[in-house]
Amino acid sequence: MPDSFALQESAPRENTSGELIAVAMSGGVDSSTVAAMLKRDGYNIAGLTMQLWNQRRLPEIATEAATGRCCSLDDVYDARRVAEHVGMPYYVVNLERQFEKTVVEPFIDEYLAGRTPVPCTLCNTFIKFDQFLELADSVGARSIATGHYARITRHPETGRYEMRTAVDSSKDQTYFLWGLTQEQLSRAMFPLGEMTKPEVRALAAEFNLPVAKKHESYEICFVPNGDYAAFMDAYLREKGMEPAATEGAIVDAEGREIGRHAGAHHFTVGQRKGLGIAAKEPLYVIATDSGSQTVTVGSNDDLLRPGLIAREIRWLSLPGFGAPGLNTPARLRVRIRNRHIPAWATVYPLSENRVQACFDEPQRAVTPGQAAVFYSGDLVVAGGWIE
Amino acid sequence: MQHFYFDHNATTPVAPEVLHDLAATLVEVSGNASSIHHFGQAAKQRLEAARREVATRIGCDAREIVFTSGGTESDNLAIFGIARRAIVGSAGRLKKHVITSTIEHPAVLNACAQLEREGAEVTWLPVGPDGIVLLNELKRALRPATVLITIMHANNETGALQPVREIAAMARTSGAVFHSDGVQVAGRIPVNVRNLGVDLYSVSGHKFGAPKGIGALYVRKGIPLEPISFGGHHERDRRAGTENVPGASALGRAASLTADWTVTSALRDRLERGILDRVPGASVNGPVENRLPNTTNIRFDGIEGEAIVIALDLRGYAVSSGSACSSGAVEPSHVLLAMGLEPEEARSSVRFSLGPANTESEVDGLIEAVDASVTHLRRISPSGMPGESQRA
Repeated sequence: MPDSFALQESAPRENTSGELIAVAMSGGVDSSTVAAMLKRDGYNIAGLTMQLWNQRRLPEIATEAATGRCCSLDDVYDARRVAEHVGMPYYVVNLERQFEKTVVEPFIDEYLAGRTPVPCTLCNTFIKFDQFLELADSVGARSIATGHYARITRHPETGRYEMRTAVDSSKDQTYFLWGLTQEQLSRAMFPLGEMTKPEVRALAAEFNLPVAKKHESYEICFVPNGDYAAFMDAYLREKGMEPAATEGAIVDAEGREIGRHAGAHHFTVGQRKGLGIAAKEPLYVIATDSGSQTVTVGSNDDLLRPGLIAREIRWLSLPGFGAPGLNTPARLRVRIRNRHIPAWATVYPLSENRVQACFDEPQRAVTPGQAAVFYSGDLVVAGGWIE
Repeated sequence: MQHFYFDHNATTPVAPEVLHDLAATLVEVSGNASSIHHFGQAAKQRLEAARREVATRIGCDAREIVFTSGGTESDNLAIFGIARRAIVGSAGRLKKHVITSTIEHPAVLNACAQLEREGAEVTWLPVGPDGIVLLNELKRALRPATVLITIMHANNETGALQPVREIAAMARTSGAVFHSDGVQVAGRIPVNVRNLGVDLYSVSGHKFGAPKGIGALYVRKGIPLEPISFGGHHERDRRAGTENVPGASALGRAASLTADWTVTSALRDRLERGILDRVPGASVNGPVENRLPNTTNIRFDGIEGEAIVIALDLRGYAVSSGSACSSGAVEPSHVLLAMGLEPEEARSSVRFSLGPANTESEVDGLIEAVDASVTHLRRISPSGMPGESQRA
């Protein structure tokens, strides 16, 4: 990745004051290693785990596997063992209400509106930072440390905090972190941003952490088996709202009905499986419309889009168009999914917090509701929601 | 950092005399109390001596004491042991009816919920704003099919003492069996189960200086109790399983101690007054008169109790808030909700429970720490509750 900015030195933090640092503990190897590193370096730390979702809450969709996921008792057990091993005070704090209001409810709303939401972005912004910083405040900690793979630097002249991609690009989590404010960045430490995952694992083993060999989970923590529709149905039923018995047409690019479906919210742009239609070439979901309950399918090529419009843009490392280093229009790379390789695009301002990106090469499955994150080299310039 | 303990309603440290007795029993008494030989007899003697000590402490006959693994088992044994056996109507045609309250410990609440699943009808009595069960509601709830009333002696969160004697009289009149969970009372303040008039009474060792894992159930002579686990003929066929002789011995020793929990009352008052005087927006939940001498439950307007607990722990003071759920996170207290508090009010409450070892200087230090913590928490979250900020 070409780098238009010289890498600034990591924002320095001092560990001489004895000031307390709150470590966000998930029970996984990453956050556990962070705690052990900070302890080794002489920081005064306390571990906190946020209890976000009761895995036993919707028994009709609960699976055995639920016990092994985020917010499960196993994870809390592991985090507690690590805290004991490292030698720090440790607390579990119940944030289930806040999680439901700021992550689960918007997730449901977005899904029902026919978009594919990214609950991890909401969770990162509103829970893992907003709420966690408040927790840190309440225990008297100014700084927080997490196991995220990203780097924070500081511009030597403007003093602006900048976010950069992780050294280990395969673990980079900046796609979920573009919503952070300057204030949040000024208080966050991401010690793993400079390390590769194998290095983290090796260090965890060196520290003899009880979770050194634990494997990691990728699924959305509150949705067992990744079955969003089943989750939504169970959730709505619990709320006393009978999930609407919807159905509609599956149409091809010309609008011809070629099948039926049982609710547009079961489908996601780019999805190939589960259409139940036999065709000569593989069919993909091109678009969903919750209003008319229409699901449009087509070939892989039909998924290609020349550009996108993103709204609710948040400027992260740079203050906006016209800032030094950002022409109008700007040549940036755009990431439209977590594992997507950022694609070159020319980015035009449409209004203060709305931009249009025209890709050099058409991109597959640009999905409304997902985030678009804009990069200049390793610098995370801005992010927004795809319209 | 030094740590000070103000959470005695959760559990208490083992008293030195009890520890000595426990270690001695473990070393000296190796037999199975059911064996006929020398070793068995020595164990049996120690077990029966302990039974007498427990009986003496609560004013009953030794034969009326069943050793259990603790408060939860005692509650379960009492509730299922009575309700499952009872037959209502001719040939059990009618549904069995059980009365409990909304402020019980989960050991009682969930046992009654299980009875409900097994086909019984359960009435959950409300409490007044002071956290005391409403007797006129009990009177209305009683019916011929009522086989069991189970209402605690003192509430673990507010310390509110329940009108057990009055309930016992009403139970007697109606013919229902009356069980009371006395876990927070027995071994702390004088209890006489005969004077109270209860039929069954739960005791937990670790609430008054004995180790975890030992408790007792008082079963009044003549009360037919069905066992809930099956095995040998231990405990007069009421509780199968090789007797925990060291635990029982420790329980007996703890019951014979004269640790003066009433002295604690003055310290509790000092703590409560100190906090109310210094911290604005603080108020006491529950009754001021009819409560345990060691407990105060205080609400701090606009702050999460959970945050106070953590802040105080980091300052070296152990207190509690609500009851821990399986993860260790805190849920709003069902007791405070039952008293009519709003969920935010319940969440902003903290329980302080003292023990005989607390000192005046510890109490004064705690008052300072509460003041400092609350002031800090209010400063960082002037708009109200931490964790309540809205999505942007």
